[in-house]
Amino acid sequence: MRPEPSGLHRAAARIFLSREFSVLVAFVLLVAVTQLVNPRFLVGQGIRDLLLNATIFVVMAVGEAIVILTRNVDLSVGSILGLSAFGTGSIFAAFPGVSIPLVFLIGIAFGGILGAINGLLVTIARVPALVITLGTLYIYRGINNAWAGSTQYFAGDNPAGFSDLAVAAVGSIPLISLGALAVVVLGGIYLAMFRSGRDLYAIGSDPDAAELYGIPVTRRVIGAFVASGALAGLAGVLYASRFNSVGADTGTGFELQIVAAVVVGGVAIFGGSGTVAGAAIGAVLLTTMTGALAALNVSKFWQQAVVGALIILAIVIDRVLALRTARRLRVAGSTVGGPEPAPAGTEAPRG
Amino acid sequence: MAETLDTRVRGRGLRAGLGRDAVTVYALVAVVVIASLTVPYFAGTATVNFLLIDAIPVLAIAMPMALIIVTGEIDLSVASIAGLSAATTGVLVAKTDLPLPAILLIVIVIGLACGAVNGVLVTVIGLPSLAVTIGTLALVRGLALVVIGDEAVAEFPLDVTTFVTSTIGGTGIPTMMIFAAILVAVFGVILHFTPFGRGLYALGSSLEAARFVGIRTGRSKFWLYLASGAVSAAVGVFWVLRYSSAQSDSVQGLELTVVAAVLLGGVSIFGGSGGIVGVVAGVLLIRTVNYSLQLAGLSDTVLTIVTGSLLVLSVIAPSFAARARAARDLRRARRGRALI
Repeated sequence: MRPEPSGLHRAAARIFLSREFSVLVAFVLLVAVTQLVNPRFLVGQGIRDLLLNATIFVVMAVGEAIVILTRNVDLSVGSILGLSAFGTGSIFAAFPGVSIPLVFLIGIAFGGILGAINGLLVTIARVPALVITLGTLYIYRGINNAWAGSTQYFAGDNPAGFSDLAVAAVGSIPLISLGALAVVVLGGIYLAMFRSGRDLYAIGSDPDAAELYGIPVTRRVIGAFVASGALAGLAGVLYASRFNSVGADTGTGFELQIVAAVVVGGVAIFGGSGTVAGAAIGAVLLTTMTGALAALNVSKFWQQAVVGALIILAIVIDRVLALRTARRLRVAGSTVGGPEPAPAGTEAPRG
Repeated sequence: MAETLDTRVRGRGLRAGLGRDAVTVYALVAVVVIASLTVPYFAGTATVNFLLIDAIPVLAIAMPMALIIVTGEIDLSVASIAGLSAATTGVLVAKTDLPLPAILLIVIVIGLACGAVNGVLVTVIGLPSLAVTIGTLALVRGLALVVIGDEAVAEFPLDVTTFVTSTIGGTGIPTMMIFAAILVAVFGVILHFTPFGRGLYALGSSLEAARFVGIRTGRSKFWLYLASGAVSAAVGVFWVLRYSSAQSDSVQGLELTVVAAVLLGGVSIFGGSGGIVGVVAGVLLIRTVNYSLQLAGLSDTVLTIVTGSLLVLSVIAPSFAARARAARDLRRARRGRALI
C-alpha cells in the first residue's frame, strides 16, 4: 500500500494534512483568541453552555455525515428532531412516571423509522435524496404541526430527572456531551473498521462501481438513512431535556445548518470522502463561533454574516487542498511510473 | 456535428418537457375544477386575487431557479438575497428620501452582486453549488441582519403599497401579475427559443459534451446566478410593499418552497430536462391546493404535508412509470428475438 519507506513520517503527515486537523486547528485558534481577549469566555458555565449547545448539532452532524458519505443528503433531520422532541414532551405529559432510558429508546426508534421511510423512498423509487428528503421535511413538519397545534411542553412539565440530564456533569463537562462524544467515537469506529462502514465510502465514490463490486447498495443506503433518522431522534430527546420548550416549530431550519457543519468538517458534499469526527468538529466550530463572537464583543448583528463567510471559506479551502492533493498524486504517479490510485477510501481526491 | 447534437438535445428537451409539463397542467386544471365544485367560496375573484398575489414571489424566483436546476446546479441563497433586499428597502425608505425607483435600482445592484459571488464561486472556482449557496444563504441573511438589525420598518408610502396590492379592473388579477407574466415570458423564451437556452439543457445533460460542442459552460451558469440574484432582489422589494413590513427575517425559508415548486413542475434535479410551462403549473398547483384546503378549513401549517406529498409523488410516479416501460420494452424485445 505504501511504497515509500518513511511510513511513520507519512502517517504523521497524513494526520497534519487531514481536513479534520485543519478544522480542529481553526477551532482551537478560535477558542484561544477568544479566551485571550475575553478571559471570562472559558469559565465553568461558559464551557458548559458551549458544550451543551454543540451537543445536539454534533449528534445530528454524525448522522448527516453518514448519509452524505453515500452521495445522498438528508434534509428532513430538522423535522425529525422536531417530531422526536415534541413526542418526548407528549410522553412525559401522558405518562409522568415513564422511565427515562425508555423515552430515549422510543425517540431513537421513532427517528429511525422516519429515517427508514426516507431510505426506502430513495432506494426503492431510485429518486434523488435531495428531492425525497425535501418532501419528507415538509411532510414530517406538517405532521408535527397537526399533532402539536399550539400546544407547547415546557421544561417544568418534564420529570425532574429528565431536566437534570442537561445539568448533570462530570467536572464541567455535561453528561449529555459525553454521550455525544460516544456517538462520534462509535460512528468513527464503525466507518473506519467495519466492512459495511467502508462500503459507504465505496458507494459515495462511485455508486455504480459499488453495485458491480457486489456491495448491497440498497441495504447500505437505507441503513445510512436509518442512522441519520435515529440520531436526529436522539437529538430530539436531548433537545427536549436541554431547552425550555418544544412545540410545532422546534428544529425548523436546522437542516441547512447541519449540512453546513458537515461540509465545514470536511465531508465532501458529493460523498466518498470525510469522517464523522470532522463533521462533529465542524458542528462544534459553528456552534462555538456564535458564542465566541459574542464574547469578542462582535455585534450580534454581524455574527451570522461571519458564520456564513466561514462556511464559504471552509469550502474554498477544501477545494484548494483537494486540487493540490490531486496534483501531488499525479506527479507522484508519473515518477513512480504506474497509475497508482489513491489509497482506497477516505482521502481519494474527487475529480 | 454541432447541428445534430443541437437538434437532438432540443428534441429531447421538448419531448420530455411536453409530456411531463402536460401532466402538471392537467393536475392543476383538475384541482381547480374540483375545488370550484366542492369548496365553498373558491370560485370567485377574491380567490384569484389572494391565490395569485401570494404566488408571485415563488413564481418569479422559480424562473431563474428552473434554469439553474436545468443546468444541474442549484441556488439556495435566493430567499436570503430577497431578505437582504427587503431589509435594505426598509432602511432606505425609513432613513432616506430616495425615490422608490432609485431604491429598486440599488437593491437590484445588490442582488446582482450577491448573484455574482455565487456565480464566481461556482463557475470560476468550481465549487459545488449546493454547498456554496448554503454558505451564501447564511452570509447574505447575516448581512440583512447587519443592515436592519432587530428593527422593523412598517411605514411605506400608501400610494405605492396600494398599487402593489391593486388588481386589474374587477378581474381580481393582481396588477403585479403583469410583471410576473413578463418575467415568465422572458425566461420561457430564453430557455426554449434561444441557442443559449438549448445550451443549458446540454449543460445539464452532459457538461463534458456541452464543453466539446463549444458552449461556454461557466459563462452560461454565471449569467443564471446573476439573473437569480436580480430577480430575488426584486422579489424582496415586492415582499416589503405587499406586506408593508421589512425585517431581518423577511422571506426566510422561501428557497425550499421555490425548489419544491420547480421540481414538482417536472424539472429534474440532475439537470437536463424540464420546461417553463411545467414550472408555472407547479407553482400554481402548490398554491391552489394549499389555498383551497385553507378555504376548506384546514390549518395553514398542516398543509405542508400536502406540499411534501405532492413533491414525493411527483418524482416517484415517473420513476416507477419509466421502470415499468423499460421492463415492458425488454419483454417485447425478448419476445421479438424469440420469434425470429
